[in-house]
Amino acid sequence: MYKYDPIDQQIVNERVAQYRDQTRRYLAGELTDEEYRPLRLQNGLYIQRHAPMLRIAVPYGLISSKQLRKLGDIAQKYDRGYGHFSTRQNLQLNWPKLEDTPEILAELATVEMHAIQTSGNCIRNITTDQFAGIAPDEIIDPRAIAEIMRQWSTFHPEFALLPRKFKIAVSGTEKDRAIVQAHDIGLEFYKDVQGQMAIKVWVGGGLGRTPILGTVIREHLEWQHVLSYCEAVIRVYNIHGRRDNAYKARIKILVKALGIEEFKRQVEEEWAHLKDGPLTITQNELDRVAKYFEPMPYKTLPAHDASFDAAVASNPAFAAWVKRCVQPHRVPGYRAVTLSLKPHGKAPGDITSEQMHVVADLADAYSFGELRSSHEQNLILADVQVSDLFAVWEKAREAGLATPNIGLLTDIICCPGGDFCSLANAKSIPIAEAIQMQFDNLDYLYEIGDLELNISGCMNACGHHHVGHIGILGVDKDGSEWYQVTVGGKQGNDASIGAVIGPSFSAEEMPGVVQRLIEVYVRERQDEERFIDTVRRLGVAPFKAHVYAEKETA
Amino acid sequence: MSQLIQLAANGQASIVADAWIRVVPPAAGEESVRKQAGKVVLFKLTGEQTYTAEQIANTEIPATGKILVPLTIWQARKAELQSRLAAGELGIVLATNETAEALQAEFTDLNTLPLIAVFVERFADGRIFTLGNWLRTRFGFKNELRAIGDVLRDQLFFHKRAGFNSFLIRADRSAEDALASLNDFSQPYQGGVADVPVWRRVNRA
Repeated sequence: MYKYDPIDQQIVNERVAQYRDQTRRYLAGELTDEEYRPLRLQNGLYIQRHAPMLRIAVPYGLISSKQLRKLGDIAQKYDRGYGHFSTRQNLQLNWPKLEDTPEILAELATVEMHAIQTSGNCIRNITTDQFAGIAPDEIIDPRAIAEIMRQWSTFHPEFALLPRKFKIAVSGTEKDRAIVQAHDIGLEFYKDVQGQMAIKVWVGGGLGRTPILGTVIREHLEWQHVLSYCEAVIRVYNIHGRRDNAYKARIKILVKALGIEEFKRQVEEEWAHLKDGPLTITQNELDRVAKYFEPMPYKTLPAHDASFDAAVASNPAFAAWVKRCVQPHRVPGYRAVTLSLKPHGKAPGDITSEQMHVVADLADAYSFGELRSSHEQNLILADVQVSDLFAVWEKAREAGLATPNIGLLTDIICCPGGDFCSLANAKSIPIAEAIQMQFDNLDYLYEIGDLELNISGCMNACGHHHVGHIGILGVDKDGSEWYQVTVGGKQGNDASIGAVIGPSFSAEEMPGVVQRLIEVYVRERQDEERFIDTVRRLGVAPFKAHVYAEKETA
Repeated sequence: MSQLIQLAANGQASIVADAWIRVVPPAAGEESVRKQAGKVVLFKLTGEQTYTAEQIANTEIPATGKILVPLTIWQARKAELQSRLAAGELGIVLATNETAEALQAEFTDLNTLPLIAVFVERFADGRIFTLGNWLRTRFGFKNELRAIGDVLRDQLFFHKRAGFNSFLIRADRSAEDALASLNDFSQPYQGGVADVPVWRRVNRA
């Protein structure tokens, strides 16, 4: 993974000093709330319901064992001994004290971490596929470009105060796992006819209040021009994006208002001035950064391991875990392991300090000391030898990190919701927990199969509810909490936005509503159909009919 | 004490006396303000005309001295301002909802203006950075480029890198304190108006 040189280190050190002084001035009354707000937000600090929330950047989801231990220690020392992995692959602390945040940042800087631009109206943490570099279906490893873009976007002088937040995702696989179509800019890497690294550029996607999937603005962009092209896009947005209404301020609204053709014309006109200028990435710079993302020093291993095969055959619990939590690897004899942060009845994405230490130890012992966080809010050991899987499973299980539910109904994506977030209309974690308990039967979960259930506590859609096969959105009706349900959303190359099935439900009704949706699926499914396939074949109607029929007779 | 920070050619910042008189149109009549209640912000931010014809006509322009005039005033009253331009006593204020092209349309050679100021009504309006960048890199403006309005120390480093070389700090804040923020970062990652990306600046290998 990328390692800081003296320049990177100096920038985060200077940021700590700058933020320390800004916070001092705020606490001394020299800065108003309004003036301090964008400063703290661009350092990941929200003022929340109970306490501030600090969002720490995990650039494109890559983190070392040393960094994770430090996060565990920080959570212990400054918080309540746990953290929460977010849908942007970052780590959030829910209970730090505002006065402590400069010190937390100083500690983070000692392990090459920061909280820069994890919030606020600026370019946010760039996200990617959690299997980048090891996925069998990967064409291009996008992490070197992602790191070059992280540096370019960090304290970008022109884009420090955009109309609204700006999210970029990169992906270089056949099967998209980074939801590039739901981002302000999505960069899909591929090899062009000359065999060169090229990029398909999507623009104007985003969830939130007005969910819109992105549009392709450029089919073929040479990698050297990715910075100048993004700069042209964001410049047009900075000047013309709406600033009078926060709900209409994202780039997607501008793209819709102008139409993609006119927006593209403006971008291309701007780009003509920037192209081939100093922003052109040199081969030298790409090589410098890419050397940090070279393949690990893998051993030459046989594709099969007899002890592993025997364990799978004799131990059903291990076999179940392998089926759900072990993912393929491009190198023979290696696998990726997803550590589930979704044990039934616990807040999805939460991890204790002790667990962080266990995971860091696992990474050191079995996976070259590195980890990834996923937008599904789990942790990944990317490079585990097949012969080590059983040992990893035993240790992960002991630490409560081996729930074999990855990709199943209880692997719920969920925002912190009304328990923590001051923006939320409704609680989301208790809904997730109640659904997990309703389906707390592994055989039944396997019977249901692949299903993505996403929950957001408000329209901001941090829980990506629009692209969940089942999406749940917390809404406020006359001061009480209700839940609107969508079906048919999907992430990936064939992404779609879910359709609302009807009037919203109370919290108590939610597990039953999900139950009834599943009943329709189990009744109607053909052959190997997944839930999403059945919804796409039949439409919303039968689901709606069953859910509301039960409701009326009840 | 002056609120004006100026960067010398060598980058040295100092607080200097402001030689320019800012020409500000009178407030709009009570009637028109009331009519626009709740919409004032919207008008400005969506690029609507900020000043009424009445305001423009009633704007008092000092007979002597260096004057800093909103673009809309210049557009409406350029005949009487022409001699001031010739004498090097005219600077133009661009609002963040106005375009550099509109300015260019008025002054074929922007460098006949000794001063262009960009007025930012709220510090969080980041259009000022793109405007500064454009004026320097696209339109070749070489003279003084000043940030005025809601100009606060925590944005100064960005203003500087976007091409501004003078900064009129908001009246209720200390310009002296603000000086420190011009040097928050010693080696930024990306290029700015006056420099190239770090990988072209230094050898990082």
